[in-house]
Amino acid sequence: MGGSDVAVSEDDVRHVAALARLGLDGDRVQSLVGELNRILEHMDVLQQVDIRGASLDPDAAHGLRMREDVPNPIPLHREREAFAPAMRDGFFLVPRLATHGTAARGDDEGDE
Amino acid sequence: MSDRSILARSAADVAADIVAGVLPTTAALDACRDAATSVQVGPEGLNAALWFDAAHARESLTSASMHGALAGIPVAVKDNIATLRMPTTCGSRMLEGYVSPFEATVVARLHAAGAVIPMKTNMDEFAMGSSTENSAWGPTKHPMDPARVPGGSSGGSAAVVAAGVTRIALGSETGGSVRQPAAFCGIVGVKPTYGRVSRHGLVAFASSLDQVGVFGQSVDDAALGLQVIAGVDPLDSTTVDAPVADYRATRDITGDRPLAGVVVGRPLEYFPASLDPAMRALLDRAADTLRALGAEIRDVSLPHTDLAIPVYYIVAPAEASSNLARFDGVRYGLRVDDGDGLRGMYEATRSRGFGPEVTRRILLGTYVLSAGYYDAYYKRAMAVRRLITDDFARVFASGVHVLLTPTTPTTAFLAGTKKDPYEMYLSDIFTATANLAGVPAMSQPIGRIEGLPVGGQLLAAQFDEATMFRVAYALERALGEEAHR
Amino acid sequence: MSAVTDGYEMVIGLEIHCQLKTRTKLFSAASANFGDAPNANTDAVCLGLPGALPVCNKHAIELATRAALGLECTVHPVSVFARKHYFYPDLPKGYQISQFDRPLATGGRVVVGANADGSARVIGITRVHVEEDAGKSVHDRFAGVSAIDLNRAGTPLIEIVSEPDLRSSADAGAYVRAVKQIIEYTDVSDANMEEGSLRVDVNISARPRGSTTFGTRTEIKNLNSISGVERSIEIEFARQCGVLAAGGEVEQRTMLWDGVRNEVRPARSKEGSPDYRYFPEPDLPPLVLEPAFIEAHRAALPELPAAKRARFASQYGLSAADIEQLTVTTTLADRFEAVSKASGDAKRAANWILGVVLASVNARGLDITSHPVSVERLAALIGLEVQGAVSNTAAKQIFAILEQEDAEPSLIAEREGLLQVSDDSALERWIDEVMAEMPAEAARFLAGEKKLQGVLVGAVMKKSKGSADPKKVNQLLGQRVAPG
Repeated sequence: MGGSDVAVSEDDVRHVAALARLGLDGDRVQSLVGELNRILEHMDVLQQVDIRGASLDPDAAHGLRMREDVPNPIPLHREREAFAPAMRDGFFLVPRLATHGTAARGDDEGDE
Repeated sequence: MSDRSILARSAADVAADIVAGVLPTTAALDACRDAATSVQVGPEGLNAALWFDAAHARESLTSASMHGALAGIPVAVKDNIATLRMPTTCGSRMLEGYVSPFEATVVARLHAAGAVIPMKTNMDEFAMGSSTENSAWGPTKHPMDPARVPGGSSGGSAAVVAAGVTRIALGSETGGSVRQPAAFCGIVGVKPTYGRVSRHGLVAFASSLDQVGVFGQSVDDAALGLQVIAGVDPLDSTTVDAPVADYRATRDITGDRPLAGVVVGRPLEYFPASLDPAMRALLDRAADTLRALGAEIRDVSLPHTDLAIPVYYIVAPAEASSNLARFDGVRYGLRVDDGDGLRGMYEATRSRGFGPEVTRRILLGTYVLSAGYYDAYYKRAMAVRRLITDDFARVFASGVHVLLTPTTPTTAFLAGTKKDPYEMYLSDIFTATANLAGVPAMSQPIGRIEGLPVGGQLLAAQFDEATMFRVAYALERALGEEAHR
Repeated sequence: MSAVTDGYEMVIGLEIHCQLKTRTKLFSAASANFGDAPNANTDAVCLGLPGALPVCNKHAIELATRAALGLECTVHPVSVFARKHYFYPDLPKGYQISQFDRPLATGGRVVVGANADGSARVIGITRVHVEEDAGKSVHDRFAGVSAIDLNRAGTPLIEIVSEPDLRSSADAGAYVRAVKQIIEYTDVSDANMEEGSLRVDVNISARPRGSTTFGTRTEIKNLNSISGVERSIEIEFARQCGVLAAGGEVEQRTMLWDGVRNEVRPARSKEGSPDYRYFPEPDLPPLVLEPAFIEAHRAALPELPAAKRARFASQYGLSAADIEQLTVTTTLADRFEAVSKASGDAKRAANWILGVVLASVNARGLDITSHPVSVERLAALIGLEVQGAVSNTAAKQIFAILEQEDAEPSLIAEREGLLQVSDDSALERWIDEVMAEMPAEAARFLAGEKKLQGVLVGAVMKKSKGSADPKKVNQLLGQRVAPG
């Protein structure tokens, strides 16, 4: 996988743009195919590196510091309404989801 | 009229005079305001400051108690660091008009030390760039030559310090975004050890690489700025609870051989055959100067250096694609809703909110994390990153205290000349290693080529900023005006 | 249905999410309280504001550790948080902080009853990991738009993933009950399915009996009761078998349970298997747990259900059915043990607790610990019964009085005339009166018609208003027919 045989296709760009929720027109997709391939060419050198000596274990030298379970929210100096694009009765509003099975999260955001 | 000579004195001295009552509390701010007007830091001129609010800053000053190390000192802050009074837009349309409801820890620490923040500075959008040409609010110009770039992404902060508007400014580093513009603009720029300074309130680009950095007109200004903001923060789990040394302890040490016992490593990979001979000559002069100060110069090797850019341009975009997912038009920032449902709202918001370089990196980052490519790209890059980190650890464990390298391969380039993204990425070739390895590094002026500043880079072991500053102070003092010639 | 499913075996694995009982969220110090005004409990971290960073709640990690140990997992000294990416309006950062390839704990087991051969039925636990919850999307509040409340966003969860060891809907139900019981014993979550503090997702596939490979699985979500889990499994299994029997292929996808219509339907999505792009969370260093921390939590674990059941069997000699019921919750088990100890009669204590007491507790909608009849009073009442001072019937009457009035059971028995009379002369007098009142029956009885003894005893009991000791009455009547 990877290496010089990997080339980014137009479909790849469209797929990745969909994953990242970036709307791209056809021309932009075309130019990005070239840009990404030129960038990724330079990454091929990594496939030649001997990584046997590289530890993949997490660096646990500084373990996670934790806080006590005491309410102490970071205070907000402005109301949510001051920065939210759309709010009503304390809720953030978004366009109605085309599907809304209550527990189908992560699946319902798919293509409609 | 204010006393412009105040800006010629170190921030520490001016703050001391303000604390002692020798100078009025507003003296430094007034000088800053007048300098900003005369050099035109706004869009009509350098386009370095996106927001300038001296009047408000003045109000906060008169009521503030002036005891701190930065009493009355104006500090410019990069536009990706959250402030309560001015917008925090990260140079992006996505955050046009966004005023953060909370402030960054570094901003709170500046205020606690008596500093005032009169301006937010321009930057490449979401800190992605090396020229400050990628700002949604237009490019920043080099203060010495408007046809050139100031470097980036913290180009606005570098430009205001280089133009003499403030002595100290905050920037942020992910792959060289403080050191590279510091080198281009002929000032001092410091990237601390990863975990030394809180990232709480720094809008994330690549979380494992990002650190807030400090610009100073002198080594002492930068050391003072870092002193104020350094230290563990309960709001950033990646800060480390290690003692913060007195970075300014060695500022006055003189004598024949102030660097006796210090070993300065010169990594050969940072001096390729292709290096500009004029730049090599300036680095040689710096090394000779350090040797004359008592330091031992030792040639060393960091064998994985040439892999830094490929690694960096996998790891940083991967993390960026994740960090920028929160900009979805739901809770804050831009929303573009063409009535095309939720999915349409997401795509319209994100495609119109992000500029071309940010879009490119999000796609690149999403690609290297996606199913089927993770192992080949992201996972492998992380393994090579470990090899780069080990290189540094090995050199510093061998008795070398600091490393001396060029900060950049070239001096400030002409605006609009680096069209190919990867060519632009190579601007970070000598700086990205420090971010990948988490070690502290700084750039300071060591001379000029054809009138344009050249930066010398010092790197030290993790959490040993003190030794790095010791060498920087001595080199600055010994070079004197030669550093700007 | 059986025709379709014949010849197929179901393979089930469950993912159970439990909300941990903390005051604040997993990575933000905002309140984890429920029921407040929308978005009231959101700070910079919960809103995913630019520049906000996660800070881990230590108590959440303690609770997760305790649960993992209760599920007999190996808790790892180093685990790693990871980002799981997908876009949804109630997921503020565009990713969920979870754990991926280095979870908190792995390799546990739960005993769910017994196999046909009597051996313990053990279901493997693949892993237990810690993650943050998402917020809530409300679709029916405002016309044309969805409303987002992020109060729940960031509250701590553990996800418990089972091995695909379950082979029937009953198996799955028993497993959920067993896990729920352990979660309750370790006191880490309210574990209430109806309220959503315990959520179950089912992974199910069908394969021909005898096959050792797995079929293509589907995932069933939106389950809010154990019966829903069981029914949805039956329905989905039958659907899959139908597809396979017709020569088709099961499509890997997410299904939704509709408890109202009693049906399983596909979630409407055309996207294939989601690409979550996991990678290690760079804002959080690895979670490092000292061995001493893990061992301290192990040592502080309460007695777990399986151990308690075994001890009840050996210590009290109760039936398996009684033990099962008594150990459903620790509070019930503790109540039983207290009454047993104070009364000195475990069997009677079990009968009382599982009978009269639970009926009363349920009727009153109370927690057993707040029931008005205290351990001491109930033990004293059982004591009266053991001594033969009151009959079981009388004891139940006294219990009803104790529910209203806190008094010494013996005093109530005396006051209400419920003490059993076993004094021979009083009993003989009642027997004489009954024989006089029922001369025909008396004559036949005395003539040897034994079956009439019950009728006479009943009459004596009635005459004594239940206070006669029936054993004694029987004995005295018996003596009259067998003169000696």
